[in-house]
Amino acid sequence: MSWLFTLDHKRIAIMYMVVILAAFFLGGLFAVILRTHLLTPRGLIPGNPAKVAELYNHIFTLHGAVMIFMFIIPAVPAVLGNFVLPLMLGAKDVAFPRLNLLSFYLYVAGALFFLYVLLGGVLQVAFGIHLPGGFGLDTGWTFYTPYSTDKTASGVVAAVLGAFIMGFSSILTGVNFIASIHTLRPPGMTWFRMPLMLWGLYATSIIQILATPVLAVTLLLLAAERVFGVGIFDPKLGGDPVLFQHFFWFYSHPAVYIMILPAMGIISELVSIHSRKHIFGYNFIAYSSIAIAVLSFFVWGHHMFVSGMSNVANVIFSLLTFSVAIPSAVKVFNWLATMYRGQIRLNTPMLYAVGFIALFTIGGLTGLFLGALSTDVHVTNTYFIVAHFHYVMMGSAVFAFIGGMYHWWPKITGRMYSERWGRIAWTLIFIGFNITFFVQYVAGAKGMPRRYATYPEKYTGYHRHSTAGSYILAAGLILVAANWVHSLRRGRQAPPNPWGGNSLEWHTPSPPPHDNFAVRPEAGDPYDFSGWKESADGAAWLRAHQPA
Amino acid sequence: MQPCLSFILAESFWMPEKAAEGAHTVDALFAFIFWVSAFFSALVIGLLVLFVIKYRRGAQRTHGEAPSHSTALEITWSVIPGILVIVIFYLGVRSYLTLTVPPPDAYEIRVTARMWSWSFAYPNGHIDSELHVPVDTPVQLVLSSDDVIHSLYVPAFRAKKDAVPGRYNRMWFRATREGTFDLYCAAYCGTGHSQMLSRVVVHSPEDFQRWLRDASDWRSRMTPVEAGRMLYERRLGCIQCHSIDGTPRIGPSLKNLYGYEQKFTDGTSAIIDENLIRQFILNPTAKVPVGYAPVMPSYRGQVSEADIDALIAFIKSLSDRGPRITDIPGPATAPTTAPARPPQ
Repeated sequence: MSWLFTLDHKRIAIMYMVVILAAFFLGGLFAVILRTHLLTPRGLIPGNPAKVAELYNHIFTLHGAVMIFMFIIPAVPAVLGNFVLPLMLGAKDVAFPRLNLLSFYLYVAGALFFLYVLLGGVLQVAFGIHLPGGFGLDTGWTFYTPYSTDKTASGVVAAVLGAFIMGFSSILTGVNFIASIHTLRPPGMTWFRMPLMLWGLYATSIIQILATPVLAVTLLLLAAERVFGVGIFDPKLGGDPVLFQHFFWFYSHPAVYIMILPAMGIISELVSIHSRKHIFGYNFIAYSSIAIAVLSFFVWGHHMFVSGMSNVANVIFSLLTFSVAIPSAVKVFNWLATMYRGQIRLNTPMLYAVGFIALFTIGGLTGLFLGALSTDVHVTNTYFIVAHFHYVMMGSAVFAFIGGMYHWWPKITGRMYSERWGRIAWTLIFIGFNITFFVQYVAGAKGMPRRYATYPEKYTGYHRHSTAGSYILAAGLILVAANWVHSLRRGRQAPPNPWGGNSLEWHTPSPPPHDNFAVRPEAGDPYDFSGWKESADGAAWLRAHQPA
Repeated sequence: MQPCLSFILAESFWMPEKAAEGAHTVDALFAFIFWVSAFFSALVIGLLVLFVIKYRRGAQRTHGEAPSHSTALEITWSVIPGILVIVIFYLGVRSYLTLTVPPPDAYEIRVTARMWSWSFAYPNGHIDSELHVPVDTPVQLVLSSDDVIHSLYVPAFRAKKDAVPGRYNRMWFRATREGTFDLYCAAYCGTGHSQMLSRVVVHSPEDFQRWLRDASDWRSRMTPVEAGRMLYERRLGCIQCHSIDGTPRIGPSLKNLYGYEQKFTDGTSAIIDENLIRQFILNPTAKVPVGYAPVMPSYRGQVSEADIDALIAFIKSLSDRGPRITDIPGPATAPTTAPARPPQ
């Protein structure tokens, strides 16, 4: 009970963690079902082909929608951000603790509603079990019109309502973080002495409050059209279906950066701390976060190069899209320069940081094929796209999230995890991920369209390769979960500062007391590690000079 | 390592066959971006591995101080990628414009997409569910959709364009060699999306003219059953959703449909006769067989009375309770339930 009404950001973060990891598990489970189905060209799910195709469509929609709306968008801000942001600010809590709790309940309400509708649809199509109102969703997470407004029999309005509610949770978290960063910074913490994680969260919050309302409006229009027949998107009613794509991507492209910017913030922390070296090019990394946030609003058209937009619009969107490449490249080179001449310890969080840099590089560079007009025309809406966004979302954002979870796990739970099993799981995940998704670049370049329940036989080899990798990936993720659960029960007590970090969260016990700090701390340079030295047994970092 | 690497770097590893003018510009740009990407991936991953090994904690070397910022370095690694992406942008635009701006004398084919088949209307009025084009001739497609958004994709031509309801989109290509190439729907369009496949058949100009002539005057040369089969396979694309061998697809198989009892989702049932087949074609959602969704589009306005007659004749020929159509029934000794000869 004390948990359900808590205003403590740490407890809210942990509640978010439980729900969001459950969503990740569910989305992952359905991903494995999809990959298993695709082992053969006609698909492995038995039954009437029309029913099987319908079920496949419900499942791929569920996988995408759950992963995006319920997992990746909230994962880093709501779990790690909520826990770490006030600690990094040396504050007792976020600026608006009640709003924080409200945002959690909005998320849970939206998520449960959304899941009920989507899972209801899967049950109905697969087993003929009818839940009241559980009509499912088979539009893909993108809700493209006029399929979503005119043709599908699935529960678009209910699903849209769920996404709408979760959107409000996202907006409120953004408001809270912006207010906290503006008002709660401790003495000594100027804007350019904030940990880069806070810059990442700040840039993310700006996108959340500016872009999410557009999604909310778009989804409301969609529901209005489906229920009342308002002619906005459906050409039969005088609307324009491509207009929906403009509205949708005006939110959903920036949303990609809601997923990746806080992940980049995590990587900046991890790389610096575990290389025992001051972050390289602090200002450039901070500015590049803001630059990415701003530019992200001007590139949505690159999702629509084959939709029939004018050639002029296509050329302009292509040029703007390439501009995002530069701040992204700047970050990668700065992380590398941070590692240069460091004292790198390849523990589990650092492995995920290294994995992130490698996979983000591949994911980012393959974005060049999609920004360039003529290559995009060939590979868009094929598995090349699927591979690209999994490299950026799963290989980058999820790697950073898991790395951040390991990194702050001792702070959150007060327990250490098993390094040995952490490394084994990372190896499986890294190998499994690349086996699963790299081959999808090839399948896509060869012409394999996405969202196909069955496929021409010449693509069988690619699909089998990918499915085999997904099992390795799944095994690795299960090991991560097992490691965390084991740590909760048997893990060694965590010291206040297991890594020798200098941002303020490492200046308080693990887990932190209710008010976080006994006295309001003063912030120094978060990347100056010279004030800490390792204990003789290597288990903790202690202050080099006890403060007088 | 060497053979493995050269395998991955080969163009044929990545790209499908090429069969249109301009496809090589896409492949050339793909290769250029590929090499840029390969270089930077190798650089970044190589440095990662090198640093992780060389600067690992406890390595037998002094780590020494390194600066924590360098404006010169930051500008360098902003400007170099900046120049590269501008080059890629330029090459992409150039190649895109050659692929999208059709020459004025292009042969025009009108494409209509619907859930879940394609219909290609030729200038002489012939309609086909497969795209037939002459080689070395610029062909322009004018696309639209009857229902939701579809996308016409021919990997061998490196060409793709959405078919959007309520507007006309254009695409063009000039096929460079004869053959048959895959045509996919690339925009998710519901249950039958992955079955919305067709073919592009590239003929020599003479063969194309012959094909078009033969295909166009099919009605005068064919029996009703043959004409129905033609409509089923090629002109209306019924084949996308209905088999004739008994396997269910998006819709029920047409084999042994006629003359058999069928249950409907509204709880009624009836023996399928000519009137019901006619209703299935013109008003498909009025009665939907149990086990299927009400997703078939109406063909009202797209089929003539003669077409409906031909389709009914064809569907009857697929049923062992259909009429005999090859032999004149003899005197009373002939069996009255002799199976119809299946069409070849």
